[in-house]
Amino acid sequence: MEIRVRKTVFAGALLGGIGIAGSAFAAECIAPANPGGGWDFTCRTIGKIMHDIGAVDKPIQVTNMAGGGGGLAFSHVVNERNDDGELIVAASSATATRLAQNAYGGLMADQVQFLGAIGADPGIIAVAKDSPYMSLTDLLDAVIADPTSVTFAGGSAAGGFDHLKVLMALGRAGFTDVTSVKYIGVDGGADAITQTIGGHTQAMTGDMSEVVGFLAADEIRVIAVFTDERVPGFEQIPTAKEQGIDIVSVNWRGLYVPLGIDEADYDRWSDALAQVAASQEWQDAMVANGLAPFTKVGRDFQDYVNGVIGEIETLSREIGVIQ
Amino acid sequence: MELFNNLAQGFAVALTLSNLFLAVGGCFLGTIIGSLPGLGPSNGVAILIPLAFTLGLDATEALVLMTSVYYGAMYGGRISSILLNIPGDEPALMTTLDGYPMAKKGRAGDALVLSGVASFVGALLATVGLMLLAPILARIAYLFGPSEYFALYLLAFCTLGGLASRNQAKAALAAMLGLGIAMIGLDNTTGLPRFTYGEMHLMDGVDFLVAIVGLFAVSEVFVFIESHGKNSAIGVTLDKITVPFRDIVRCFPAMLRATGIGFVAGILPGAGASLGSFLAYMAEKSVARDKDSFGTGNPRGVAAPESGNNAAAGGALVPMLTLGVPGSGTTAVLLALLLTLNITPGPLLFEERPEVVWGLIAALLIANFVLLIMNVPMVRLFVTILSVPPGVLLPGIMMVSFAGIYSLSGSAFDLVLMIIFGLLGYLCRKIDVPTVPIILGILLGNKMEDSLRRAMVISDGDWTYLFSSGISVGLWIAAIAGFVAPIFLRPLLKKPAQPGN
Repeated sequence: MEIRVRKTVFAGALLGGIGIAGSAFAAECIAPANPGGGWDFTCRTIGKIMHDIGAVDKPIQVTNMAGGGGGLAFSHVVNERNDDGELIVAASSATATRLAQNAYGGLMADQVQFLGAIGADPGIIAVAKDSPYMSLTDLLDAVIADPTSVTFAGGSAAGGFDHLKVLMALGRAGFTDVTSVKYIGVDGGADAITQTIGGHTQAMTGDMSEVVGFLAADEIRVIAVFTDERVPGFEQIPTAKEQGIDIVSVNWRGLYVPLGIDEADYDRWSDALAQVAASQEWQDAMVANGLAPFTKVGRDFQDYVNGVIGEIETLSREIGVIQ
Repeated sequence: MELFNNLAQGFAVALTLSNLFLAVGGCFLGTIIGSLPGLGPSNGVAILIPLAFTLGLDATEALVLMTSVYYGAMYGGRISSILLNIPGDEPALMTTLDGYPMAKKGRAGDALVLSGVASFVGALLATVGLMLLAPILARIAYLFGPSEYFALYLLAFCTLGGLASRNQAKAALAAMLGLGIAMIGLDNTTGLPRFTYGEMHLMDGVDFLVAIVGLFAVSEVFVFIESHGKNSAIGVTLDKITVPFRDIVRCFPAMLRATGIGFVAGILPGAGASLGSFLAYMAEKSVARDKDSFGTGNPRGVAAPESGNNAAAGGALVPMLTLGVPGSGTTAVLLALLLTLNITPGPLLFEERPEVVWGLIAALLIANFVLLIMNVPMVRLFVTILSVPPGVLLPGIMMVSFAGIYSLSGSAFDLVLMIIFGLLGYLCRKIDVPTVPIILGILLGNKMEDSLRRAMVISDGDWTYLFSSGISVGLWIAAIAGFVAPIFLRPLLKKPAQPGN
């Protein structure tokens, strides 16, 4: 019996998939990456909750459009879908970083509208359990005294968000010789931790969700989290602010919409996103995925993104990622 | 025995009727996906993830389906390597070297059955290794930093010369070309794009699958058209399909050696299945007495890379589960699936979520037996494909290739790039330059360069850092020996060809 049911479901899902792909009237969420990553999660989870709680009346179809670190989807939206009121696109801090570094083939942040972010992966700095650095100030002091003594490992390429976080923290501590800071970009946050536990690098820069497993196994020590308040569930980890380094840096998860859509469409989407942020379903999804609350919806969020882009642009110029 | 209790618990989870159905379906789908040029395990799994969401599968069911597809694709990759001389995916690359000549000699069925058994041995032993040793093996990954990885890739490159027995200079030229292509894209160490000419599609570099399908499949079509359909690699003679027990027994030691090498390569997150099958093949060739017969259809040259890449596929699950570090593109997709299912891989996964881990291991064991049973009788089906006239078969392969490559990024740019690679492959054939080293250059070059640059960042440009650990010194010695030894030993080892070869 169970087999029969499965088969029916299987066939139904296939047919359903074809049906959805063929229809143009349903709202669409573009995930600018392959299935499984953060952007894919944003589209699938937010899209599903929007429909489940009745914030939108039709299910939202998810399209994966990988390439150019989100650049292909961005240029697709700007050039071909600029007035499509039924389109939302997943974005994160990485989107802002790449826009600031002009990595989207000359396209600018003001060619779309940032709708909002409703959750964030807090930035962290971790060291191996047997490391001599007990706090963020220990580590930063060591870098300031001798930049060659510490190598940071992170999951993004040089100039990426993980690298910039370290430079921002050092900047707050009064150290501005950014090019002397040693950073290697490896294949993902977990790889960066492996290198740090193995003693090949001295510190790891990444996001909270990347270190949860290692933290529970007591293999690493997280010396700072870059949020305003300590993160629920991780109360033992001090914030950078407490240690006198005034930095808040999170990898937010949010959406943007095309620039040319009607004001009414923009309001409809920001309203739907705000409803998701307030829902119990989203609270549960955040807990399950190691996200901290971070809600900025509407024009406020646009200002926030512009501010972040400005800072990243300045830093990127200093380290030579852009001219 | 705690182990058997755990395993029993795992089988209790995995052996439900619906899971068995998913395992069989996943294995079948995976084999098809793996055997189609342009569709490899990683995009196969990626394409099917939305299906797992749509079906509303729970964590164990989703894992059973996806790992069955994963193992199935690793098995399936060999099929088009052997029958068409077109690797179904990048780890199956080395299987073309002896598998296709074997098929050309009329032993296509033998080659498929032998490689199926070799895949089974590799995958089964790797799964057992995963089961017994995973938490301990995870520690090995900590020992490998940039200098160790650099030495490992150097070892691979130093043995590359042995790949082409006829003209080493041309093989070197091809490898250099591959290294050059590997440079395209965003440079990890400076964050600056290289050789992209402002083209956003090139930012992520050149996908191996685009290169493989272009160099092997598209160039085949050009040769076919040029000769008005007379000169085609496709058109292998068929004979009766039997199980080649003699070959299986004779290749068994080779399978075990290759499994060991592949498994270790799989455990190292920076290495992976392609390196595993390459090193397994080269090692087998270097210990063989009949070196010259490699590349002309030696059964051991079929068995070794297949055991190697399947063992590496199993090994790659070790760092994925215990560290959350994916050792290959496919495990990266599987990792993302785990995270979506709210399972956080890490050192504690074996203790905290035993039902998931042991269910997964049981599912892998089941998938392996299903695949062995499925692959031996299905050989007939696959070999029958060869009786389709090339004029019909080739356009069909092209269609699948185009669809597969388009599914990678959904952009026509990759298709154009694939055709350019086809032209390059055609040119290489005309001037008799081997194409396998080009792919290896692309596959290994990127990681070798990254490792070297990272090592230089860490050491402030001090070259002695490259020899700073026992592991890296050992790998350097092996690499130098692998490069120099053939030059001096070849005249000494030159023996008359064995009778019967």
